[in-house]
Amino acid sequence: MATTPENPVWTGANRPPLRLHVPQPPARPGEAPDFSALEIPAVDAGHRPDPETPAAQMQGHAFGLVRVLDLDGTASGPWDPQVSPEVALAMLRAMALTRAFDDRMFRAQRQGKTSFYMKSLGEEAVSIAAAFALDDEDMLFPSYRQQGLLIARNHDLVDMMNQIYSNRADRMKGRQLPIMYSVKAKGFFSISGNLATQLPQAVGWAMASAARGDTRIAAAWLGEGSTAEGDFHSACTFASVYRAPVILNVVNNQWAISSFSGMAGGDETTFAARGLGYGIATLRVDGNDVLAVLAATRWAAERARGNHGPTMIEHVTYRAEGHSTSDDPSAYRSAGEAAAWPLGDPLTRLKDHLIKLGHWDEERHAAMLTEVMEQVRTAQKSSERHGILGHGFNQPLDTMFEGVFEHMPWHLAEQEAQMLAEWRAAGLPDIKREEPGA
Amino acid sequence: MSDARDMTMIQAINDALDVAMQRDDTVTVMGEDVGFFGGVFRATAGLQAKYGTSRVFDTPISECGIIGVAIGMGAYGLRPVPEIQFADYIYPALDQLVSEAARLRYRSAGEFTAPLTLRSPFGGGIFGGQTHSQSPEGIFTHCSGLKTVIPSTPYDAKGLLIASIEDNDPVLFFEPKRLYNGPFHGHYDRPAKGWAGHPDAQVPEGHYRVEIGKARVVREGSDLTILTYGTMVHVVASTLDELEDAPKADLIDLRSLIPLDIETIEASVKKTGRCLIVHEATRTSGFGAELSALVQERCFHHLEAPVQRVTGFDTPYPHALEWAYFPGPVRLAQAFKQIMKD
Repeated sequence: MATTPENPVWTGANRPPLRLHVPQPPARPGEAPDFSALEIPAVDAGHRPDPETPAAQMQGHAFGLVRVLDLDGTASGPWDPQVSPEVALAMLRAMALTRAFDDRMFRAQRQGKTSFYMKSLGEEAVSIAAAFALDDEDMLFPSYRQQGLLIARNHDLVDMMNQIYSNRADRMKGRQLPIMYSVKAKGFFSISGNLATQLPQAVGWAMASAARGDTRIAAAWLGEGSTAEGDFHSACTFASVYRAPVILNVVNNQWAISSFSGMAGGDETTFAARGLGYGIATLRVDGNDVLAVLAATRWAAERARGNHGPTMIEHVTYRAEGHSTSDDPSAYRSAGEAAAWPLGDPLTRLKDHLIKLGHWDEERHAAMLTEVMEQVRTAQKSSERHGILGHGFNQPLDTMFEGVFEHMPWHLAEQEAQMLAEWRAAGLPDIKREEPGA
Repeated sequence: MSDARDMTMIQAINDALDVAMQRDDTVTVMGEDVGFFGGVFRATAGLQAKYGTSRVFDTPISECGIIGVAIGMGAYGLRPVPEIQFADYIYPALDQLVSEAARLRYRSAGEFTAPLTLRSPFGGGIFGGQTHSQSPEGIFTHCSGLKTVIPSTPYDAKGLLIASIEDNDPVLFFEPKRLYNGPFHGHYDRPAKGWAGHPDAQVPEGHYRVEIGKARVVREGSDLTILTYGTMVHVVASTLDELEDAPKADLIDLRSLIPLDIETIEASVKKTGRCLIVHEATRTSGFGAELSALVQERCFHHLEAPVQRVTGFDTPYPHALEWAYFPGPVRLAQAFKQIMKD
């Protein structure tokens, strides 16, 4: 029986009809959260292979979970990086500072001081531990939720806020959406806003470093949802083929706006397993365990520095906030998910660990939280002196035409002249060029 | 100037790469089949043997990866010269070109740049069918931040390619593949000539640059201005030579579309009062539309006839009917007649 335009369904064979599978998350609003699919092995169940191990001999790691901190705050097992109390406290403080920064900037957006913000609440460990595991000279190709990298590298909070406010002191001249930082001095690549494009770029940077006999390596981050982009797969192919000294971090925070991880293939296998087909060494790590992320990143860095090639790390974590200030997660996911997330909160887990060891206590913790909030407040005041978004133009109008090319071609010069002429003809104030911060 | 010798366009391109790599050890050549084999058109022949596999290497078949990796190499401090084997294959790299390379300088306020030169053979006339014949330049001229350079002679190919590689902005260097081995008269059924003996095939040794953004006036005339580039420069010139009643035309080889040499265009059209735009690419929203608008905006009171376009049709590039599609001597002759009559 042939198909026709009226009846495109072919029914000529005596077979059961096909069905289209569209994945659904275990819980929607009004339903109880359900993370029963997440298997959490015991801390000491892990095995730490030698960083020179061929990828083919460690495929099981794509399905395990690198863990160090138990949920009761005990550190143990083969991956324990045995960091000094000073380093652990520094990571704790960097996470708290990131959280305070996020909190303040989220509120600034709600107060109308800027257009947009993205928190990293609940997944701070992914960025902070990586920054502590890598050298300051290593190059970072972040996605939009790794503000923790900059904070851990002690970047000036005022500079970050200036970008968020697109104010007069914004080094990016107000050209980019808030949080799309670029900080070359801290080895932090310009954030695109298009997804996964930074992955092949990171691989290219790492290949260049290798081609020049440099010693620096590169690391890149993207969300689990973005692993569906072709750029991710191109990056994996190149990273594998050239054994690029690069770490490809997949931050599996369970949600890509309203799409749960199953929409990117997470129901069928782990994201870490994406690396297997490319022959890339792969680790899957408890992303809310700062010591585990540190240990996994150190392992990957050692592998890369020894010319043994790339590593893919899946960080299993949870996006405890909305995607951005423009998102309302209560419209698509169970309200209780963040509280029910079985891997807990990264900041609380490290705090409990340090208290357990006797290096920390509730009083000092409370004092530290006050300190970091004060640090953020002071930075905010300082940044807002350079202006906030929407209160007039913070940049001279002609900066719009600068930097499209190294040298401005005539057609842009003409368009600039036209705009300024229109502006003046309409009797609008001429925005004069001035030094940032003046 | 130093000694010159006859070269084909392919030899001139190969020589340009050699000169650029010799002078600057950050120049890095990459692409499908460009390494040991030397490229499907031989543009990179011998370079890997001379400069090693770290500077000249084959890549996986992934245009997105090639350009993404080239951007990362540029951010590191190299000067990558990726080859896309045919311009028709450029689309998987579109996001990396348009959203990344083109905007990196702007979005980072100059902290990072993408000083890459993407080389790619383009255009038809070799029975390449719809996937080996396209002219996609208009897609890129529409996007801010990319330069588009198109040579039409061996001399220009070398000088423009060196200038492109040394340029600090991303450059799309489209090579008219029909001209690789000789100038083209536009007649598919007549013997083709090689570059040997052609005055523009005399290519100086060593380093020289042809400035990006300066058009070349191929010949001068008072009746008509013809704006074109790439393969069509030769097809137009040859057709003008063949026709008994051909108009005396200013034939302008634009050499680069962004940046565009508007001064030369404007001066010529104001002199002749007529303007014909010729390109092989599809017509609608093609670069000819931009040229037509610019001429109309700037030279309206000097025009004695409507600006006209001779272009490829808005169909996919057909295989068997290639020579009916190609804007060759038949279509050009009609257009010359029409514009002189208007």
